[in-house]
Amino acid sequence: MRNTSIRAWLAATATIMMLGHPLLTAQAPSADWILGRVDDTRTSGNKIILSEMIIHGRRGSRSVRTKSWIQGVERSFSEYLDPPREKGTKMLKLSDQLWIYSPATDRTILISGHLLRQSVMGSDLSYEDMMEDPVLAKSYQTGLAGEEAVLERACWKLELTARKTEVPYPRRMLWVDKERFVVLKEERFAKSGKLLKTTEVKSVRRMQGRWIPDRVVFKDVLLSGQGTEFIIESIEFDAIIPAFVFSKAALRK
Amino acid sequence: MIKFFIKGLLRDRSRSLFPLLTVVIGVFLTVVFYCWVQGLVGDMLQTTARFDAGHVKVMSRAYAREADQIPNDLALLGAGGVLGQLRRDHPALTWTSRIRFGGLLDVPDEKGETKAQAPVAGLAVDLLSPSSPEPGIFNLAGGLVRGRLPQHPGEILVSDDLAGRLGLELGGTVTLIGSSMYGSLVTANFTLAGTIRFGVAAMDRGMMVADLEDVRLALDMQDAAGEILGFLPGGFYDDVRAAKLAESFNAALEKEDDPFSPTMKTLRGQSGLADMLDMMNAVVGALVAIFVLAMCVVLWNAGLMGNIRRYGEIGVRLAMGEAKGRVYRSMIAESLVLGFIGSLIGTALGLVLAFVLQAKGINLGSLFENATLLMSTRMRARVTPVSFFIGFVPGLLATLAGASIAGLGIFKRQTSRLLKELEA
Repeated sequence: MRNTSIRAWLAATATIMMLGHPLLTAQAPSADWILGRVDDTRTSGNKIILSEMIIHGRRGSRSVRTKSWIQGVERSFSEYLDPPREKGTKMLKLSDQLWIYSPATDRTILISGHLLRQSVMGSDLSYEDMMEDPVLAKSYQTGLAGEEAVLERACWKLELTARKTEVPYPRRMLWVDKERFVVLKEERFAKSGKLLKTTEVKSVRRMQGRWIPDRVVFKDVLLSGQGTEFIIESIEFDAIIPAFVFSKAALRK
Repeated sequence: MIKFFIKGLLRDRSRSLFPLLTVVIGVFLTVVFYCWVQGLVGDMLQTTARFDAGHVKVMSRAYAREADQIPNDLALLGAGGVLGQLRRDHPALTWTSRIRFGGLLDVPDEKGETKAQAPVAGLAVDLLSPSSPEPGIFNLAGGLVRGRLPQHPGEILVSDDLAGRLGLELGGTVTLIGSSMYGSLVTANFTLAGTIRFGVAAMDRGMMVADLEDVRLALDMQDAAGEILGFLPGGFYDDVRAAKLAESFNAALEKEDDPFSPTMKTLRGQSGLADMLDMMNAVVGALVAIFVLAMCVVLWNAGLMGNIRRYGEIGVRLAMGEAKGRVYRSMIAESLVLGFIGSLIGTALGLVLAFVLQAKGINLGSLFENATLLMSTRMRARVTPVSFFIGFVPGLLATLAGASIAGLGIFKRQTSRLLKELEA
């Protein structure tokens, strides 16, 4: 009797929830709801990523391979594997602090102040970009700015406006895949309205049941290079990562 | 006749002393002022050439377009080959490669954690080759405050002020945090060999000097150089010669379709310097002209005064039958003698002070604490060939003009009224 009533309650709750789901109703989903889904997609538990960054500079291209251990949104540890000059360089992010270790100098340097605006390995990404809170809903309020197709996929166009002044980009435009909730295109603007950076997803792959943009081109519009390609070679979700990895001692190891 | 005038001038001190003193002082001031201004302009040019621009500078075309931002990602590759060719083709000039860079100088504590940190402007020059001209160009030995010049790879000099602020010890390790040629954040350890004072406020605030090869290694700039500087023989900038050299170099090596091909710029042709030099020359010219003009007015006035004071004497001479033209000419001759002697003495005195100011200079460092101009804090005069005759312009011309105009009164005087005038 007790089991029957629990099952009935669960069924009723599920029905109510499903009926309330914006996609199952005639209403367009709210921008906040879409951004929430984007944040959920971007920030999943533990993962270990093997990636390659191809930097198309003004004098040619070069690539950097990295292995990263990521725990939620607060902790990450990266080690450069290639080229030989960068091999062994490590980065540790703990909450809002970032350290970099260089084996050549055997020094661990806290990246702060204007150093955060430095490019990561000469790419179009800055350390500031790496340090930003990936949960966009915390820092931005959003509005639906229309619908557009990107990569032949129907997308919602979201306009994000900063809730606080300390974010590096006061305004952003996001093109979100309606079905997969993957951001396929992004533009980041300065307070003056000047376009600073663009992100374009070139391909999306299903990995371990999740849709992952595995080839993305970042472009710092103020630089005259051809942008930086970020390619995910492999990704392992829900990986077991020892706590030691996210310590300063691991940098020198 | 001249001997007669000189005798008259010497014996009648009221006729000679005041006008002579006026001429001497005016000429003295003119010479010293001219030399001082020449020294300031020359110093600025020389300092800019030594520390930054050279007399000619070779860069990649892309680097040259953004040279103010020190875009090392656009540096000249194959710099060794270009330098060798320049030395072969133009052996009379001194050629040297440099890399300018910026970053943070980080001082570690005993655990390797950051103890102190400050922004630094870096200069990579050839410090270790025995034939390198750089220690001489920068006068490194003369500017050394503590320690010694770098003798081994990995050793650097840091401006004494910055070393003091960071609490750096000689022999201690500091880490440079900068950007590689490809834009990556790089770190490199250096050992402090000595501290230095360049005598240029903009550089003394926060500068490090490292060996070129060390910086190439640190910034991933193998066989690259931001700039190759050339210095004309004698150490003085000659715009015509530099322009000719740049023209022939660019005709041979610069390629319109290759932004990384080398291009040569003259000191004057480097960004903003032409306008600055033109403006400085115009300002200096105007200042000297105004000063010389003012001295002319003073000396002219002195000439007028002298001749008016001698109204009676001229009357007697005319009354005694001396022709008006002769009296007029004698007064002009007197003024020329006075002007010449005064100019000679004034120039000699002015040159003595100018030479002293050229050798010793005056330290005005406190005025330039926050200056960003490449000017030495010790201001010096500079004696040029023009210094030897610039004083004669007001000294001779003004006294001559004064005497000529005052003397015109002689022709207006009527012989019939002379006795009445003398009685009065």
